[in-house]
Amino acid sequence: MIPTRESLPLQTDEHVVRVRQTVRQRAIELGFSLVEQTKVVTAASELARNTIQHGGGGEACVETIMDGLRRGLRLTFMDTGPGIPDLTLALKDGYSTGGGLGLGLSGARRLSSEFDIESEPGRGTRVVIVRWK
Amino acid sequence: MRQTRLADLFREQHDVILADWIKALSDSTAARRDLIGDADLQRQARDFLGAVTRAMTSGELDVNAIAWDPVRELLARLSRSRALQGFKPSETATFVFSLKEPVFTQIRRTSTQSDTVGDDMWAVTTLLDGLGLYTTEVFQKTREEVIARQQQEMLELSTPVVTLWQGVLALPLIGTLDSARTQVVMENLLQRIVDTGSMIAILDITGVPTVDTLVAQHLLKTVAAARLMGADCIISGIRPQIAQTIVHLGVDLNSVTTKATLADAFAVALSRAGLSVAPAAAKPAGPSDSAVAAH
Repeated sequence: MIPTRESLPLQTDEHVVRVRQTVRQRAIELGFSLVEQTKVVTAASELARNTIQHGGGGEACVETIMDGLRRGLRLTFMDTGPGIPDLTLALKDGYSTGGGLGLGLSGARRLSSEFDIESEPGRGTRVVIVRWK
Repeated sequence: MRQTRLADLFREQHDVILADWIKALSDSTAARRDLIGDADLQRQARDFLGAVTRAMTSGELDVNAIAWDPVRELLARLSRSRALQGFKPSETATFVFSLKEPVFTQIRRTSTQSDTVGDDMWAVTTLLDGLGLYTTEVFQKTREEVIARQQQEMLELSTPVVTLWQGVLALPLIGTLDSARTQVVMENLLQRIVDTGSMIAILDITGVPTVDTLVAQHLLKTVAAARLMGADCIISGIRPQIAQTIVHLGVDLNSVTTKATLADAFAVALSRAGLSVAPAAAKPAGPSDSAVAAH
């Protein structure tokens, strides 16, 4: 397998659809099962929408990675928006600042094998998730 | 001064310019002779040059001025008809740009003072650039209109509310549930609930590839709105992968009746309506049997 890396813009709702389609395509190529595909695509959908809604737009990076024999998908979502002042609160189920269900960020964490978030108020937010096959 | 000089040039040298231009067009690959015949190309060239010459006489050199309205209208028509014929927008723009060379030739030939040549060429270049770009704008606008119409049609097409039985509606959802479409879905469903006096509506999400928190929220809102109107909703088409994902996301769908398939949901709807589906009674003896029995 040759590792791949793609950058996708995140500005409009159509871009969320693009990200979902790209992630699903890569997941299929990696041989992910239907459940794994759906999980990683849903996590990508949540994070991509957060980047647009809360981060004011940014970009997504979709990478296929290898660790020994393990193959996986690493997704990075970056924005230069207002940032998240309280990460613990933001990751709490049901906490929402955008009128949603408040499960996007915490749900995406549960759907991923690895989850990493960095945010600096005024500078932006960066979320990296990995889903191993 | 420059205006009248150019107007005179276009009027007096009209025939020479037209002849040169048509010859250049016939030799050019951008003219796409596979798409357009001699007669049509010559007519388009003659009409356009005629319109430009008339607009020049007004003394106005700004293509957005009122005097240039007829030229812009002509180009809009030309750009649309060429788009339908399969011309690329750049080829239509090139049609306009290619008028420069024959005009420049005449400016150089007829000019008596060399210092006016540059000025005149600059004026004609600006003018024809503006007109050429206008054809691409029209082309793009035509495309955008088509896309907007298709989007509208898709909104309409993709949200049919069907009656499964008296008092039982089904809404087969397909594709991405973004907010604009969900709005249409909700309106359609609520209107049909009123129109048909239905008590049960089935939302089937078999055709929705991803159910994330936003989609779930839209579904819950639709269910809540229908409930306010006195109708119960059942969500069907929850496939195993969607069920697992919803659980991981932490979305609470406990308040809603959910089923794996539309058939299951329909069975629930029928039983709530006090109806049941039973196999037809064993066939009564056919005529051939009785015929045998009679002998």
